[in-house]
Amino acid sequence: MTTPPKQEAITTKIWNEIPEDDDPFAAKACYCSGFDVYGELLGKASYIEYLYLLFKLEPPSQNQAKLLEGLSIALANPGIRDHSVRAAMNAGVGGSTHASALVAALAVGAGNLGGGREVYNMVKYWEQCGTDINSWEQMIKEPPIEERADVWPPMEHVPGFDPNGVGCTLPVKQVLAHMVRVGESEKLEWLQTNRERLEQFAECPLAMSGIAASVLHELQLNPDQAEMLFLLLRLPGAAVHALEQEQLGWRRYPFFGEGLKLQEYDSTGEPE
Amino acid sequence: MNRNKVLEKYEDNWETSMGGWFPGEKVILRGKNVLTELNNDRWVEYLLFGITGKRSPRVARLIEGMWLICTSFPDPRLWNNRIAALSATTRSTGVLGSAGALAISEATIYGLKPIQGVSDFLYRTSEKIAGGQCLEDVVKSEVKKYRGIYGYGRPVVDQDERVGPLLDFARSMGAGDGEYTKLAFAVDEYLANSRLKYRINASGVVAGLLADEGITAKELYHIATLTFTAGVIPCYIDALDKPEGAFFPLRVSRVNYEGIEERRVWGKQK
Repeated sequence: MTTPPKQEAITTKIWNEIPEDDDPFAAKACYCSGFDVYGELLGKASYIEYLYLLFKLEPPSQNQAKLLEGLSIALANPGIRDHSVRAAMNAGVGGSTHASALVAALAVGAGNLGGGREVYNMVKYWEQCGTDINSWEQMIKEPPIEERADVWPPMEHVPGFDPNGVGCTLPVKQVLAHMVRVGESEKLEWLQTNRERLEQFAECPLAMSGIAASVLHELQLNPDQAEMLFLLLRLPGAAVHALEQEQLGWRRYPFFGEGLKLQEYDSTGEPE
Repeated sequence: MNRNKVLEKYEDNWETSMGGWFPGEKVILRGKNVLTELNNDRWVEYLLFGITGKRSPRVARLIEGMWLICTSFPDPRLWNNRIAALSATTRSTGVLGSAGALAISEATIYGLKPIQGVSDFLYRTSEKIAGGQCLEDVVKSEVKKYRGIYGYGRPVVDQDERVGPLLDFARSMGAGDGEYTKLAFAVDEYLANSRLKYRINASGVVAGLLADEGITAKELYHIATLTFTAGVIPCYIDALDKPEGAFFPLRVSRVNYEGIEERRVWGKQK
């Protein structure tokens, strides 16, 4: 008798399943880090607590849940003028698929300016600098330079700060104040106390992405986890604005009809 | 300081020489009328011109051949192609499948990061050698710093079956003997005889060949963006022809759980 070749498997610490008695391809119980998701966790854990559990494999403390709850509300709709939401609305007005609206929002909301990569980079700063103002000053004034080319464009401003901002906006201040109130976090208090000094070093104001990175770092998410969760949390606004603009149609959405000014092309081509 | 000056300057004002559409009249790309001056181009010539500003049917043909030989493999097990097959098996759309496949092609173990990375490596290495360093030191330092070099080594198998056909094709186009291609193979020789045993893969050869044509690392990145598409779409079509959910189904026992085994009760923790 020959033994069948060993089947490849997916290895995970997050998710376990028990098969139905009559169907090896269906699960009758699903466990997330030991919790029975449909038989035990549903009805007891809040969505935010479950979200935290998925990333950290442990339930959040009360303060951690409050921080993530606050951040989720702060980020849920980046606002109708946000670049990622604009991307989603472009899908809407053109009658594109709904999935494409979210794909577009993720693509645009992934970058160094207000996006996921900015959060990734700022969490790295937090990991290196902690609450040492001198380290932040040095990091901001002499940022790390990568010798190798990357698919990400190099940062053109200090991560977590708005290069086009005039001053720290009221919503950013309000969110930071809320996080300090509910989080009992030394790091967030330090950020609030030192915000203006950091802004002086950065020569621009703290941005919402900076608050997000700081809270996600406080929640002990590493840069990769922080980037991913930030991307996820900003999608609701993209979704609803895309749906709304789909109904309103392209005629009522800016095309910037007079906005493009074609300049003379300076040919540097190399004809053969 | 008024930072809003930047935003105010650009408000309803996108000044560009790259191009644009003038409805009912014309389309311009880099100063050329697309409908009257570029209308006889092959599509890859047009792509090359859009990315680099270069007008070169020869380089465009070289790129087209490279795409075919190196990156249009219609195998749904390949990670990016698998997105298209999974999209089809779930009866999603072809474009969403292709878009997902395209997005994940910006990978580390294959795809866009190695493609751009090896070109960047060859340019940097050439510069360092011109500055007096020896090849061995440059390669050693790169390996030490990054634990590997983009363009050398390959997941799944060691040998790259594309290298030979790629070089044959390049030689048929009068390419393959330039400075960067030679450098790419000099690195290959060094690594093959080192303890790493890495061999050059197709992206290393492509980077050398196109660097010899003056294509920069970033230009190569843009040129390669769509390079997998011709292999992706057949995977979608194939899976759409089969029953729903039939693409490599996984039974529950295929989950190898290594996490907390004990059954936990919510609310009993800290």
